Amino acid sequence: MDKETVVELRGIRKVFNPGSATETEVLHGIDLRLYKGDFCAVVGPSGSGKSTLLNIIGLLDRPSAGTLQIAFQETTVLGDTDLTRLRGHTIGFVFQYHHLMTAFTALENVMIPLMAATGFCNPAIAQRALLLLDSVGLAPWKDNMAGNLSGGQQQRVSIARALGMNPAVLLADEPTGNLDTKSADLVFELLRKVNREQGTTVLFVTHNPALAARCDKTIEVVDGMIRV
Amino acid sequence: MQTLFIVTGVAIGVGVIVFMSALLSGLQANFMRRVLSAQAHIQLLQPQQTTRQLLPTPQNGAGPVEMASVQAPMQQKKSIDQWQSIATQVQALRGVRIVSPVASGSILAVRGSANRAVTVSGIDPNSYFQIVDFSDKMVRGTWHLAGTDILIGTDLGADLGVDVGEKLHVTTADGANSALTVVGVFDLGSKGVNQRNTFTTLRTAQSLLNLPAGVTSIEVTVDDIYAAETIAQRIAAATGVEADSWIKNSAQFFAAISAQTTANTAIRFLVALSVAFGIASVLVVSVVQKSREIGILRAMGIARAQILRIFLLQGGLLGLAGSLVGCGLGALSLVLWQSLARNADGTPLFPLAFDTTLFFLALVLGSLTGLLAALAPAMRAARLDPVVAIRG
Repeated sequence: MDKETVVELRGIRKVFNPGSATETEVLHGIDLRLYKGDFCAVVGPSGSGKSTLLNIIGLLDRPSAGTLQIAFQETTVLGDTDLTRLRGHTIGFVFQYHHLMTAFTALENVMIPLMAATGFCNPAIAQRALLLLDSVGLAPWKDNMAGNLSGGQQQRVSIARALGMNPAVLLADEPTGNLDTKSADLVFELLRKVNREQGTTVLFVTHNPALAARCDKTIEVVDGMIRV
Repeated sequence: MQTLFIVTGVAIGVGVIVFMSALLSGLQANFMRRVLSAQAHIQLLQPQQTTRQLLPTPQNGAGPVEMASVQAPMQQKKSIDQWQSIATQVQALRGVRIVSPVASGSILAVRGSANRAVTVSGIDPNSYFQIVDFSDKMVRGTWHLAGTDILIGTDLGADLGVDVGEKLHVTTADGANSALTVVGVFDLGSKGVNQRNTFTTLRTAQSLLNLPAGVTSIEVTVDDIYAAETIAQRIAAATGVEADSWIKNSAQFFAAISAQTTANTAIRFLVALSVAFGIASVLVVSVVQKSREIGILRAMGIARAQILRIFLLQGGLLGLAGSLVGCGLGALSLVLWQSLARNADGTPLFPLAFDTTLFFLALVLGSLTGLLAALAPAMRAARLDPVVAIRG
């Protein structure tokens, strides 16, 4: 085995509302291994558990059973503070609804996770944030309020934001879902570039078969089970 | 918009507190000044003379029981025993400012067929006028006493028809006559006092009242007027004389002041409470509104503690901003009040003190209130489940 394992799931189950009448198991024991540099499409119908799977890998949600290793660290035993730190340092998120802070400029939005990791603001952080914005081609828009950017631009800002800490894993939950074909293509190419140049493992949730076909692997989630 | 409303709300609350506190302390200071500039804080008197009942002795105890009626004795005019050493001793006490001996008694002021019974107080001008400030109470003449000079009130002067520079004839209880020179006429603000009180030198009073080298009371002022009662008790314990503080003598007045202070504190507390609830409710709404952003921040690796801090800070800043504006409002209304509420003669009702510590305290307490009010919303924000928050 020459490739480095970045994410490893074993027997991951997720039950919502355990113990109540509405108890539902969404994930039924998922085993999955992702390597450094993987670029996987995650496909499947709505309600199949894609988002839940992504939230669990992204350490936003805890599995009900099973083990999850990220960057060689067993996460199910960690407390909230350690999870938050691990999340901040190893995982980048790009959401469908770009979720920028509209009250701040593009540059400030990119600076947020950097400041979260260091705990304060300094010129080096602003410098790094500017580089990141430049890498997504938005340096000229750095002082625009996030709310005034177009959808595609906002999504590129959120990619720049997600890359701030050089995350090992980039989780993109339908990042192109709300974009026109051209912008979607631009965002997809950007993710590919990051994947190629930095060896970032990318999980790319999409309903678009054409984009899914351009990924290296496809993980299909159906009724809480996966087919790789 | 929300911020504007709540800052205004806090400002009004703080403004009310500032205005009310300044008004009340001005009022109290004014009362105090009026009451305490006309009397000493502590008065030392010879202990009351009491009848000593004959105790049954072994000799007569065995005998038949006697019915006895015990009458209280007449209080003789007597000097305070060893007053000079007591005065020195009191002066040495910590917290005591001025000690002044007084010899006072009744005499009859006579002019022609008119006569008036008056109280003559023999004073040591150097120390006594530091206790009771006569400089602004003189109507005519001077308050500098020497030899056989006497100061009389306006009403006594009018009753007897004597004025500055004229002689006032007095007759003592023993029947001795004496002529004193009126050097000043004062107005102490009360008809009774102006009719009845006169002041002369200690030595003159001593000879008039047949108290050679004696004094009937020692007047004392202290640094902290509210400590007067404790100091009085210390003096009484140390010297054996009767020591009455102004607190004891003006118990009703003091009770009124205490009641005012208590009411003020209660109102301040309630206003602060409503300010706190106002800030808390705004922050709760803000947490709900911002829950998606909070979720994103959590996903970006911002810790719970940092989220908590953000909202606490927001609460503190709301409190601070509100208090800043409130201090301005309070100061403004004080100035307005001072220019509107005036005596009949156009002078301000009483001077208001612009106490910087009051404003400083208002700022600190306002910020603290904001911080405390933010606690519950901030904890709610920190506990938000990022998954739920992002899904919205």
